[in-house]
This record gives sequence, structure tokens and C-alpha cells, in this order.
Amino acid sequence: MTGDLIFYLLAALTVIPAFWVVLSNNLVHAGFALLFTLLGVAGLFGWMGADFIAVTQLMVYIGGVMVLILFAVMMTRVPKGDRPVRGLDRYVPAGFFSLATMGLLYKVITGTQWATKGMLPAEPTTAEIGKMFMTNYIFPFEYVSLVLLSAMIGAALLIRERRVDPDSSEEEVQS
Amino acid sequence: MTVGLAHFLTVSAILFSLGLFAVMKRRNAVGILMGVELMLNASNINFVAFSRYVAHSIDGQIMAAFVIVLAAAEAAVALAIVLAMYRNFGTANADTANSLKR
Repeated sequence: MTGDLIFYLLAALTVIPAFWVVLSNNLVHAGFALLFTLLGVAGLFGWMGADFIAVTQLMVYIGGVMVLILFAVMMTRVPKGDRPVRGLDRYVPAGFFSLATMGLLYKVITGTQWATKGMLPAEPTTAEIGKMFMTNYIFPFEYVSLVLLSAMIGAALLIRERRVDPDSSEEEVQS
Repeated sequence: MTVGLAHFLTVSAILFSLGLFAVMKRRNAVGILMGVELMLNASNINFVAFSRYVAHSIDGQIMAAFVIVLAAAEAAVALAIVLAMYRNFGTANADTANSLKR
């Protein structure tokens, strides 16, 4: 019973800030609300017994991606006078498609006979995940490290400033 | 009724629809990225929920781990692009980056 109550609290922590992420006009508010949503998602992972994934979510998503997003929000601000005029014309297609998606998903969720077997007791998953990474999923594991390397190099490359020196004929690249 | 698979799928569906709404509504590029992150987290909840309630194997959680890693890499590159765009256009508004249009 208290388990169900905790689930509903975590679900509220996940969904209510998500509304704020979407509807807020202030991007910094949206960023911090997204942080709370990700916290709720990590809590839901923990509720389901996925302890390794919950902590990974906390470290990578909240500690990495959210910090990046908040940095980007702070660094790409325009002064209040230059901001574009807010129109309501985008709400119509966005609202239609999101409501249609929600309706379709809800119909599928309630209409399908899910083949749920009984629940096993939750046990620590870190050892099992580590074993799977090293045996069955060794190729995606190594490949993902390549993806991360290329993402780092790509991001650093995209950010480089090019400064043209008026005296010399070459471009001076400032990285 | 006791919390089951359908509850998790409903939470994930709400998050996904909200993420889709954010992607379509927001003009700021970072705001669009926030919607994408919402959608990715919704799919992660689905993966782990199915792994726990239906499959009884760890594969869903491994997929969720990979999704988290790839989302981090994608966020890094996307934000580098947003910063480069801000440097060139002076704003992060996605509507202003229309130099490829006729």
C-alpha cells in the first residue's frame, strides 16, 4: 500500500514538472522543471528495482545533460527587447498531435492484454548488467565508447572559432 | 488497484506526448532539445517497465543504459550546434536559422 503511494508520488514528481517544461515561457524555469522530471524518472527506475539504471540516470542525465542544457540556456540568452513576439499559432498543431498521440497510446495501453507474469523480488542488478555488458552486449558496449569519442571530438570541432588574421593569408584557428 | 505495468506505460505515454508537444511548440532550439529529452526518458521508462513486468530479464535495463549514454552524446553535439548557431545568428531561435531557404 505504501509502495503504491510512493509510486503515485514519484509519478506526480515526474509528470507535473513536465507540464512546466512544456508550457513555461521562461526557459530557465523549463530547465529546472526538466531536472525535477528526470529526478522523478530516476525514482521510478528505483521503484522498479532497477538500481543501477536509477543511479546512472542521476549521474549522467541530471549531472551531465541537465548541466549542459542549463549552460546552453544561460549562454544563448537574448535581451528582453529582442525576443520574438509570442504567438499562439503553434499551440494548435502541437496540441492536436500530442493529444492524438496520447489518445492512441492510452487506447493501446488499456486495450492490450499484457503478458505480465508474477513479479520477482527486486535484487541488485549491477553485477548482472556488468556480466551482460561483457558477454552478450560486448559489441554495443565497445561501439558506444566509439560513439562517445566521436561526439566529444565533434562537439569540440563545432565550437571552434575561426579568426582571420589580416596580415597572413592563412586562417588562424582558435580552439 | 495495485500498481502494475499499465501505470508505468501511462506515465510514459504522458511524458512522451508532452515531449512531442514541446518539440512542436517551442521555437528556441534548447527548448526543442528539452522536449526530445522528455521523449527519450519516456521510452526509457517503457524499456525498464517491460523488462521488470513482462520479460523478467535484464535486457530492457541494458537498453535503457545505452539510451542514456546515446542521449548524453546527442545532447552534447546538439548543444554545440546551438552555441555555434547563437554565435552566427545572435539568437537561438530556430526560426531565424533559415539561410538555406530560397
